[in-house]
Amino acid sequence: MQASLDLLMTVAFWAAALRIATPLIFGVAGAVLCERAGVLNLGIEGIMTAGAMTGWLAVHLGAGLWGGVLVAALTGAGLGLLLAVLTVKLGLSQHVSGLAVTLLATSASYFGYRLALPAAASPPRIEPFRPLDLPVLSDLPVIGPILFQQTALTLLAIAAILALGLFLGRTPLGLAVRAVGENPAAVEAQGIDVHALRLGAVVAGSALMALGGAFLTLSAFNAFFFEMVAGRGWICIALTVFAGWRPMKALLGAVLFGAFDAFQVRLQQALGGLVPGQVFLMLPYLLSIAALLVGARHASAPKALMRPYIRGER
Amino acid sequence: MAGTAAIDGAVDGTRAPRPVALELRGITKRFGPLLANDGIDLTLHRGEILAILGENGAGKTTLMNILFGHYTADAGTVRVADAAGRLVPLPAGRPRAALAAGIGMVHQHFTLAEALTGLDNITLGTEPLWRLRRRIAEARDRLAALMARAGLTVDLAVPVGTLTVGERQRVEILKALYRDAQVLILDEPTAVLTPAESEGLFSVLRALAAQGLAIAFISHKLGEVAAGSDRVAVLRAGRKVAERATAGADRADLAALMVGRAVAPVRRTARPPGPEVLALEGVAVAGPDLRSRLDRADLVVRAGEIVGVAGVAGNGQAALARLLFGLARPRAGTVRLQGRVVTRFDPTEAIRAGIGRIPEDRHREGAVGAMSVAENVAIEEIRGPFQRLGFLRRRAMAARARGAIEAYGIRCPGPDAPIRLLSGGNMQKVIIARALDGAPALIVAAQPTRGLDVGAVAEIHRRLLEARGRGAGIVLISEDLDEVFALSDRIAVMARARLSAALPAETLDRTRLGLMMAGQAAEHGEAQERGQDHARARQPA
Repeated sequence: MQASLDLLMTVAFWAAALRIATPLIFGVAGAVLCERAGVLNLGIEGIMTAGAMTGWLAVHLGAGLWGGVLVAALTGAGLGLLLAVLTVKLGLSQHVSGLAVTLLATSASYFGYRLALPAAASPPRIEPFRPLDLPVLSDLPVIGPILFQQTALTLLAIAAILALGLFLGRTPLGLAVRAVGENPAAVEAQGIDVHALRLGAVVAGSALMALGGAFLTLSAFNAFFFEMVAGRGWICIALTVFAGWRPMKALLGAVLFGAFDAFQVRLQQALGGLVPGQVFLMLPYLLSIAALLVGARHASAPKALMRPYIRGER
Repeated sequence: MAGTAAIDGAVDGTRAPRPVALELRGITKRFGPLLANDGIDLTLHRGEILAILGENGAGKTTLMNILFGHYTADAGTVRVADAAGRLVPLPAGRPRAALAAGIGMVHQHFTLAEALTGLDNITLGTEPLWRLRRRIAEARDRLAALMARAGLTVDLAVPVGTLTVGERQRVEILKALYRDAQVLILDEPTAVLTPAESEGLFSVLRALAAQGLAIAFISHKLGEVAAGSDRVAVLRAGRKVAERATAGADRADLAALMVGRAVAPVRRTARPPGPEVLALEGVAVAGPDLRSRLDRADLVVRAGEIVGVAGVAGNGQAALARLLFGLARPRAGTVRLQGRVVTRFDPTEAIRAGIGRIPEDRHREGAVGAMSVAENVAIEEIRGPFQRLGFLRRRAMAARARGAIEAYGIRCPGPDAPIRLLSGGNMQKVIIARALDGAPALIVAAQPTRGLDVGAVAEIHRRLLEARGRGAGIVLISEDLDEVFALSDRIAVMARARLSAALPAETLDRTRLGLMMAGQAAEHGEAQERGQDHARARQPA
């Protein structure tokens, strides 16, 4: 056991934790943005799948890696628009609409994959993002390998969630987003279009979620597999609550989950013979639930979360 | 203020023409078969306060929502004075246009995001949305100046949810002033305020009017219309039926115009009280704050008498009501009901003991909004006459509801209508019908007429006096001193969770009661939450 705790101190371990956390950081940033605007985006799991698939397909067809990232973001934005029309414009149930988007996006991704590659026996691989080699930064001790020898998407994820924090806290538009999640009537009374604001937040948030999916195919696995998102979207929804809807805590939560996961892999390698592997797979989820129980007790959700706003209705 | 010079000659009620700030002509709005506004004309001048008086459903709020762009009128025009004083038409249906034209609105249900600070709420939408950084320091300075000018103070650095209702309203007013509002509209501004807070509000409005703002407020309370306005327009059933200068207007006359018939004030006839119905001896209720705490209270209520409990809300009235409703248990002391010591404190026991309960918040505690009128009428007795073999007796419930609808003149589509569709007054009548059913020996009425219009208030007062007449003992918890004096045989005052002795109503007057309400507060003089309001209450009115 001592040996397994020692590995928590190694640079390689934390580099792995951050790598594992990257899709979660994108996803949770998107979820926080949507929910702060008052829309629960349960389309996240499907949006991540769609982002993984379209980003990969674009690169496979020769679009270049950043082209793939762009395609994934646009895919996410499009699905976000669909969800926003259903939940914001039409005021339909956010649970049902979100699950519908997840089912639709997941199935459409698999269908699109089969359609594009009817004959492929094994998933075709692409040339993924390479670890960065930045002058000076990448050579720093400890920080260098953990932060600056990652792929560009990991840095983009961290930058995105930090920017989200600044956006919500410091800009007039961010204030409007926070207010619309608390009380849309307050926003309307100040002359800002509630629907446009929520629509924008859901579209942008969904684009971020899709980037989380794209990381899986363009940075981590080099190919698209069925079921590859594997519940990461749902983890992001839980992390959002755990983080009390705050971007900085969400970043912390995602990295913590990544660390649990990395720890689990290493523990499995060390103790694999003694305990069935599934126990280890369970570990990050159990630890996350425990963290949720501790962290989320006092968190208060945006007051207007899941409440559609219909103009002129009191 | 550009207009200050212009209005100097027009104060003191002289009819010298003041510049027009806002003009409504022939405003008409229809909701399905209902004609909510029918050809309403109104003119609002700079530097004056106009009261728009009318019962619930008279079309006041619809009119204001049209003005602010929440609704679009079917016919009619709204014109607003521009910077040069020329009247220009206001584009319909756009709140942003109303804001830009200098119209500020304080809604009855505040439009504030409670988790955000006052500063955030006020500056929301006042800066270009694409600006990269908010200019917070500038906003803070401007607001400090505005607060000084309007003569009001409120902490803008804490989340609005932690402020009292009166403070939130001040945030709403600042929101309008921050946008340089020239016209300020307030929808039922005192509905949620204590009497002291209301006084404070009207002094702020006076100060703002003196600086040239045009102010209109909506109300159904004659008292505050008389105290707070220069001119009054009366709306009834969607039409403007009268417009008067407040100074010369007669209250009874205005009431009759508003209701459409003469409203007779209730008469309480002397009546010797009967045996003791309720007795509290040294009863204390534990609670985390003033609102839900009761300190060693003694009270006796006899058959055929009404004991009024006056006081500023949040001073332990809720604890007293919850105790008598069976929702809270005492920490110490004895409660006797018709001579028997109460040992079990739960709602079922209270219902079984025949306590008629009229809770303070009819929406939250008094009724289940999504359920029908019949279900709400029957809900206290679903274990009794309205069930057989575990099944509800729907027909018996509907019959009871029809009886109540007829007896109390409840205006509703029928027993099966969801109760949330009823107006406040009609919903309260359903609750009172339920509470008074079966001739309860004790009736506990908490704020029974809050937010209701004159007609409904008179009806509910009549019902309570009727119950007194047949020998019920009544505890009337109310902030409304007019109500307390109109109904009570004896009056006690609640302040800082303490209940004073109940004194005969004849020996008390408003001033003495005000001193009792404030005096006890001064004794404990912590400048907490309501400190400012108490301070204001102590000043002679």
